[in-house]
Amino acid sequence: MNLPPVPAPDAVTAGWWEATREHRLTVQRCTACSRPQHPPRSICIHCGRTDALRLDDAAGTGVVDSFTVVHRAPFPDLEVPYVIARVRLDEGVICLTRLTNADPDSWRIGDRVRVDWIDLPDGRALPVFVPAPAEPPR
Amino acid sequence: MTGQFEMDIQVGQVIPPLQRTIRLTDMVAYAGDRPARDRLGGGPMTEGVAIVEVAESDLGVTNQTILGLQTQAITRALADAGLTLRDVDGLATSGISRFSATQLADWLGIQPQWTDSTFAGGSAYEMYVARAAQAIRAGQATTVVISFASNQRSARSRSLAGVVEDHTPEAQFETPYAPLYPISYYAMVAQRYLHEFGATREQLAEIAVAAREWALLNPKAFRYGAGPLSVEEVLAAPMVSSPLTVADCCLVTDGGGAVVLTSSERARDLRATPVEVLGYGERTTNTSMTAVDDLTVSGAAGAVTDALARAGLTIDDIDVFEVYDSFTITVALTLEALGVCGRGEALDFIQGGRIRPGGQLPLNTNGGGLSYCHPGQYGVLLLVEAVRQLRGECGPRQVAGARTALAHGTGGIFSTHATVILGVDR
Repeated sequence: MNLPPVPAPDAVTAGWWEATREHRLTVQRCTACSRPQHPPRSICIHCGRTDALRLDDAAGTGVVDSFTVVHRAPFPDLEVPYVIARVRLDEGVICLTRLTNADPDSWRIGDRVRVDWIDLPDGRALPVFVPAPAEPPR
Repeated sequence: MTGQFEMDIQVGQVIPPLQRTIRLTDMVAYAGDRPARDRLGGGPMTEGVAIVEVAESDLGVTNQTILGLQTQAITRALADAGLTLRDVDGLATSGISRFSATQLADWLGIQPQWTDSTFAGGSAYEMYVARAAQAIRAGQATTVVISFASNQRSARSRSLAGVVEDHTPEAQFETPYAPLYPISYYAMVAQRYLHEFGATREQLAEIAVAAREWALLNPKAFRYGAGPLSVEEVLAAPMVSSPLTVADCCLVTDGGGAVVLTSSERARDLRATPVEVLGYGERTTNTSMTAVDDLTVSGAAGAVTDALARAGLTIDDIDVFEVYDSFTITVALTLEALGVCGRGEALDFIQGGRIRPGGQLPLNTNGGGLSYCHPGQYGVLLLVEAVRQLRGECGPRQVAGARTALAHGTGGIFSTHATVILGVDR
């Protein structure tokens, strides 16, 4: 999959990208108010704390909040069509991502997905999402 | 799970009309015939500031520079107002360079005592009206020019990827996936909207079809003379980012406009009928594609509510609507934010010609960004058309007897939302 280059991490995002080297998807959580946010920030958008944020491993599963099949490449050498989506992780936050491993026209809002990884040349990896079996009965 | 945006909408803070601080001027004619106005105490409040002239630059494919187009719009507006650059002591613009207002002041050879280059995409020009009104009322400026121009079609400067700044969170967490910016976001809004409310692409296409009908009445429109557009043509147009086809997306053209404001008192001594600034409101919601929890709710609602409250009007009092139509879906969400129909009802509401010429809700009467002109930050041209409608200058597309108009700008990816309500005493 041809993708644009991914900028280097910064002081706030270094931990999040470091985890991707081990194919671990993390979500930032505030230990003071226990609410999650994405992408990682240096302040909790829920309670305003700046000293209580940590990265937790995410389950790596979620649901398609919305998606769009892109038919016109914004950069040269990019193969179309491809699927851009908002995935709502089971932790509650929304990630922008790609949906892969299925016919672009087969996706539906509400589909269950799980994380998969595209390895980047520098050792980091980019999370994308693929079809996941429906939730097991509880 | 972003809390802030939802909270903003739920609390729905209503700003009381500024009755004590705003002179009612002599617009007593307003007190007249409508129950809503009577209930609100006899008519809309003016901010004491008026638009005295508007103008467009050349539009379409111009092969001009940005500053050249700005100069056209500004000098045309000032000449029609009977003013000169020497009268201008306030300047608001963006999209020229990093120092946009400074750049324009230098180019024009003036040294303004007030400027604003708030960068908020297509809604900036509605925000500038609010700030200009405040500056004029505060005595910081006497005559303000708001302007914008772009040569994006002749310069081929528009990229499907948008402009990405490497130091932003979006550059790390969104751009690597190569979404079209802003199209893919609006496309995801449309996908979610159609899914959630059981609406169809056919229904959504009516917004583009109606815009074309208006454009056929506007000789300045890019699609004037192009003939009507059918729902089938919208659906069959090349898909860009599903479910939006090329025909669901605004034009990419050159163009620009200028708006001249001064105090209502001074406006009465000038040539043309002053158009009073009655109210304004704004919301800022997101830069990322993931911050807004519910894609089908726009920050426009808060902006509209504040603007109406300031004006002392209800939505039923508005005669003409000029709302940003970057994409068909933008209009659907904005209509719901305006409160002309309920949530999820916009696409049913607009069927049967309601927003076409002659319909009950005159919307985007110049043909809009979809069929008239879209130079990138279309917000200034919403104001131009609203003023012309209120002055009765619109020929075959004139909305008979229009006395109040609402202009609503949307910038970025449903990022910024700003409403201006204008009125005329005639």
